[in-house]
Amino acid sequence: MISYIVRRVAYAIPILIGVNVITFVLFFVVNSPEDMARLHLGQRRVTQDAIEKWKADRGYDRPLIWNAEAHGLKKFSETIFFHNSVRLFMFDFGQSDSGRDIGYDISQRMWPSLAIAIPVFAVGLAVTITLALIVAFFRGTYIDTWAVVTCVAMMAISSLFYIIGGQFLVGKLLHLVPISGFEPGFVGAKFIVLPVVVGIVGSLGGGIRWYRTIFLEEINKDYVRTARAKGLSERAVLYVHVLRNALIPILTGVVVVLPSLFLGSLITEAFFGIPGLGSYTIDAIQRQDFAILRSMVFLGSVLYILALLLTDISYTIVDPRVRFE
Amino acid sequence: MKFTLLTTDVLFFGLIIAAGAYAWYAAGKEHLRAPWREVAKNSFATSAAAVLLTFLIIAILDSVHFYPRLDQVAGDRGKAHYATEVISLFDRVVGRLRSQVEKTYSAPFALTAFSKETIELQDGRSVRDYPRLRYGGAHLSEACERGLDIARRALGGALWAIAIWLCIVLPILYWHARRWTRAWALATRSEINGGGLIPFRVPLAVTAGIAVVVGVCAALAPYYHIFGTDKVGIDVFYQTLKSIRTGLIIGTLTTLVMLPFAIVMGITAGYFRGWIDDVIQYLYTTLSSIPGVLLIAAAALILEVYMVNHADEFTSLVVRADLRLLALCVILGVTSWTGLCRVLRGEAMKLREMDFIEAARAFGVPHTTIILRHMVPNIMHIVMISIVLDFSALVLAEAVLSYINIGVDPTMESWGNMINSARLELAREPVVWWSLLAAFVFMFILVLAANLFADAVRDAFDPRLRVIS
Repeated sequence: MISYIVRRVAYAIPILIGVNVITFVLFFVVNSPEDMARLHLGQRRVTQDAIEKWKADRGYDRPLIWNAEAHGLKKFSETIFFHNSVRLFMFDFGQSDSGRDIGYDISQRMWPSLAIAIPVFAVGLAVTITLALIVAFFRGTYIDTWAVVTCVAMMAISSLFYIIGGQFLVGKLLHLVPISGFEPGFVGAKFIVLPVVVGIVGSLGGGIRWYRTIFLEEINKDYVRTARAKGLSERAVLYVHVLRNALIPILTGVVVVLPSLFLGSLITEAFFGIPGLGSYTIDAIQRQDFAILRSMVFLGSVLYILALLLTDISYTIVDPRVRFE
Repeated sequence: MKFTLLTTDVLFFGLIIAAGAYAWYAAGKEHLRAPWREVAKNSFATSAAAVLLTFLIIAILDSVHFYPRLDQVAGDRGKAHYATEVISLFDRVVGRLRSQVEKTYSAPFALTAFSKETIELQDGRSVRDYPRLRYGGAHLSEACERGLDIARRALGGALWAIAIWLCIVLPILYWHARRWTRAWALATRSEINGGGLIPFRVPLAVTAGIAVVVGVCAALAPYYHIFGTDKVGIDVFYQTLKSIRTGLIIGTLTTLVMLPFAIVMGITAGYFRGWIDDVIQYLYTTLSSIPGVLLIAAAALILEVYMVNHADEFTSLVVRADLRLLALCVILGVTSWTGLCRVLRGEAMKLREMDFIEAARAFGVPHTTIILRHMVPNIMHIVMISIVLDFSALVLAEAVLSYINIGVDPTMESWGNMINSARLELAREPVVWWSLLAAFVFMFILVLAANLFADAVRDAFDPRLRVIS
């Protein structure tokens, strides 16, 4: 098991290098630092001196990947590639284009993000699976048909509608919770409820339909027939046997959801004014802060690879037959 | 009129011609005709197709662009002058809808503006009141006539629509009846009761419904603002209709960009295995481990930098917006081919072990021929399913991306831009809800139709995926 994890982590390294090279090419080769400086300082009236100063302040005045003027190892280390890309591997994010410490910002903004993402993920999964099991229990009846129709309709509704509609209905008309804002600790629960509910409801349609398909595939297998033949109740068959055996496809589905959790939080946090990583990224996009964006791309890929690894490990827990070869 | 082709127009028409060529090709091949017949038997699918076709017609009309000819100036004979602004055939069709611009917000079917203004009366006094709109309901002299007038016009529009619908449907039914049975009344009855080869009842009802909606809108839109007007007074109904083209272009052109990557890489990886497989697998794992939205944001920012630094290359706003739309499609396509590529690689790996491929290899058929003749036709159903499944996701993604300002150009009509510019209006008192609702309703209809159609196509082309129930 440990050797498997070590191997998987080792396999992640070339992928992260690839991610790094892609971001490096996107941010520094396709666009020269000169272009970035012009974008930030304005187009027409900018002087060459101001551009040079802007570049020097951010360390963008070094050569791209090879410094011919330096000596020894510095030929490699005194470059933009080393300073701004290789350092990411040590989780040293450097400074944003506006001069703030990105690493510190991330460590501060992580917690509000988690406060939203974890309930959305955990409660959402529980609610979706429970509802899908109920729908599977009523398979072939009118309840099933109408549940599927509702799911298809819910899938066609834009995620923006859930957010705007939720804010309008709950926040503005009913005055149950504040429309947006954030406060740490238990006092802040009132700020978290609405984004979490909206996050869950928004993915309900697709989720129920997906898990229902998984359960219906399992229901036609032999072990289910055996369980029924033993005289188990339909409920026991579904909630004990089918649910446990469906865990592997469910886990695979969860991985599909994890990256979209990142995307979802981006919009949700911006709408609800939550000072998390999602709104941080949106702010960076709108202020055209390339340094923050580069760090978030790297961080996002690391998280994605970690999630994949966790899924594979959890396979062994839910199914002893899965072994790491 | 001087016609002009924008880049997306060319690609969009190319795509439609390609789809037409596919239809012509598939009509001659029984194995391709069979699954489509299966789709046609699904009444949800045919109804959805009718809705999609309506949207497509609007998008096609909106893709024929031209510079309108200006009126002749006296003394300047023989020389034609053209406007500098590009408009589309659709703008000509809707006519007045485009030019009826009010001052600012007005509610759906309103006769007066949304906010009070100081109005000068004829005797010199001035009062603060809601001013009458310049165009919305301007033909009415009294406000109380409105209800009756709307009902009258709506009824007229509906009757016209039904008449035109009958003119189209009756010959088709007649032709169908002649083809299958001789007795026309009998055949019609059996068609309507759903006894025919293809169930006609639901699609007939849906097309009649569409015809009535279109007729009523066409009758009312020149006289009222059906969905109200937005902040600068532009008719929201017109904006929503213009957004259809943007949505359809993103949904289709992105797939066009994505397909070559996915098909070529997927098949070569699965067929050749070895180091080619390793390289391609590494490539798509790396790309898919970057959160998609960040990659899109990064690429969009870089595009922004390029456009700012090369501002003089873009001759007009329309060309600029159009190129930005195309760039968005390319970016979305480049970031989204990995999923399909993985599936195709798996399928190609399965196929290469099949007897017929092995036989071809034993005969010494070259690799390219094997891939083109034997592999590609056998993975096409997966490609087809993926095209229709991706479409609705892309339409929804456009709205989200435009909200973060990395979507289409702000000057281009799109549902995302409508939502983006209207989201602050909910904070007003009283609420300005019509722009948001119009955008969401149209998006909902398009995506729902696309989803239903996609499900039917998936079931028909890949029976293994069909849900057992």
